[in-house]
Amino acid sequence: MTLTATPEQALAARRLGRTDFTILSGLVEPRSKVLDLGCGDGELLAWLAENKQAVARGVEISPASVQRCIAQGLSVYQGDIDKGLADYPDRCFDFVILSQTLQQTHRPLHVLREMLRVGERIIVTFPNFSHWTMRLSMLLTGRAPKTKLFPHEWHDSPNIHFLTVEDFENLATAEGWIVERRVFLRGDRVIRALPNLLAETAIYLVRRS
Amino acid sequence: MTAETQLAQFDSLPLDCGETLAPVTAAYQTYGELNRERSNAVLIQHAFSGDAHAAGISRETGKPGWWDNMIGPHKAFDTSRYFVICSNILGGCQGTTGPGSINPATGKPFGGAFPVVTVRDMVRLQKKLIDSLGIRRLLSLAGGSMGGMQALQWAVDYPEAVVSAIPIATAYRHSAQQIAFNEVGRMAVMSDPDWKGGDYYDSAPPGRGLSVARMIGHITYMSDDSMREKFGRRQRPKEELGNGFAGDFEVENYLRYRGGEFVNRFDANSYLYITKAMDNFDLTSGYGSLAAALARSQARFLVISFSSDWLYPSYQSLEIVRALRGHNLDVAYCEIPSHYGHDAFLLEAGEQTELVKHFLANTFKKAA
Repeated sequence: MTLTATPEQALAARRLGRTDFTILSGLVEPRSKVLDLGCGDGELLAWLAENKQAVARGVEISPASVQRCIAQGLSVYQGDIDKGLADYPDRCFDFVILSQTLQQTHRPLHVLREMLRVGERIIVTFPNFSHWTMRLSMLLTGRAPKTKLFPHEWHDSPNIHFLTVEDFENLATAEGWIVERRVFLRGDRVIRALPNLLAETAIYLVRRS
Repeated sequence: MTAETQLAQFDSLPLDCGETLAPVTAAYQTYGELNRERSNAVLIQHAFSGDAHAAGISRETGKPGWWDNMIGPHKAFDTSRYFVICSNILGGCQGTTGPGSINPATGKPFGGAFPVVTVRDMVRLQKKLIDSLGIRRLLSLAGGSMGGMQALQWAVDYPEAVVSAIPIATAYRHSAQQIAFNEVGRMAVMSDPDWKGGDYYDSAPPGRGLSVARMIGHITYMSDDSMREKFGRRQRPKEELGNGFAGDFEVENYLRYRGGEFVNRFDANSYLYITKAMDNFDLTSGYGSLAAALARSQARFLVISFSSDWLYPSYQSLEIVRALRGHNLDVAYCEIPSHYGHDAFLLEAGEQTELVKHFLANTFKKAA
């Protein structure tokens, strides 16, 4: 099942400048308790708090970003996603969001399992490493791919665990997770066909079995 | 903004040790106006050697308050929006009842006969003060170091009276290292022959011991970096190396100066009683665990630590934050990068202002 952007989400996209936010805001139910991992300067949390009346919490590793979050009135905790969830009791959030950060964590599977422990549902978005431009870039240059999606040199990239749409699907099956929704984006457009080849960004709404 | 210290008298104050102080006085200052709903009161809690004069220019001394960079119109604790209160702690020597106060039983200063006081006792007196001002709930409590301990104790002891708390550069109990530094300071005071078991008020105070204690304190408030920057190895030109203990290095002179200055404004017995209260402070006491203690609170928390603070390291703030998160309480936490060491909570006004100002505004909005 896929989603199309509502006018509300389109407005959010213009305001936020990140397409996946529009989809995320459509997945989060009003007045939910939301935890955003790697929440950056808190744009998504602030948007959810204002427009969805969400109880918004966040974890962020950069002190400067944490300060900007707190300055917006957001309850954000300075810490490391890889170990930051251990203190939370089970199922204390309606949604735990990991937006474009999974590929930067040291222990992605651990993070995902922890998210599913503390949250009823999790929303994970990640850049799809098997997009055709990646495949082509590697095939033609014989070097670690550098594209619009992955613009970094191999040695200074924050991305350390590359994954594809297929990889995530396989993991969800192996772990017995239930994928409630999956949305694939090319640029800011939702696509339906051949996501592993054509999707730049994948968005999954997942819950425990 | 001028500030004047006021005194509030109370008939009695029961203490954790079983004794009762009667009567008891609390010295305090206020800034700004209490609103009609009485919902905009913020209690500032001072650190070990602070006093009620937190902000503004003192009418008595002409000096600015110890947190004047944070409290005032349009500052972090915006006195054009909030009613800010700061009181001298129980056991202190700046107007509130302490070991230098007159013992009604003898007509002389308490000295060593002053009962052992705790952070909880200090908070109990503050609660009396707040009640007497007609305030039922505090919008926020904030303090650094020992002030943070008081903020935590308030949130646990009077959960219904606390909307939010801002413990800064603090701990829920002292580590062995923190107790150790305090013990060296206490021994410096008590080994001064002028201390006389605490009964020195009709003679010279134990100034040598107290100044050494303060010198040690100042070392723990700074960091290696801040000392290198402030003093390095700079020294006065030396004629000869003959009697080499005159205090040639700038850092030596600074510590001697701060030590000597401290003797003029602080009572040695208060030093002993207050450091002991800090060492005895344990938020878990009576509750079994930190989690159980903090579970009583319904407050929002903003916890702040500083990267170079080795006296109250960030891990101690994180212990508090983790316990709050374990109960899924509303907690924001930030470790502010700073090279000032523990002193950062007094000096890093810019960064703290951004955090505190918006946290308070948001809390006020939510509470309304």
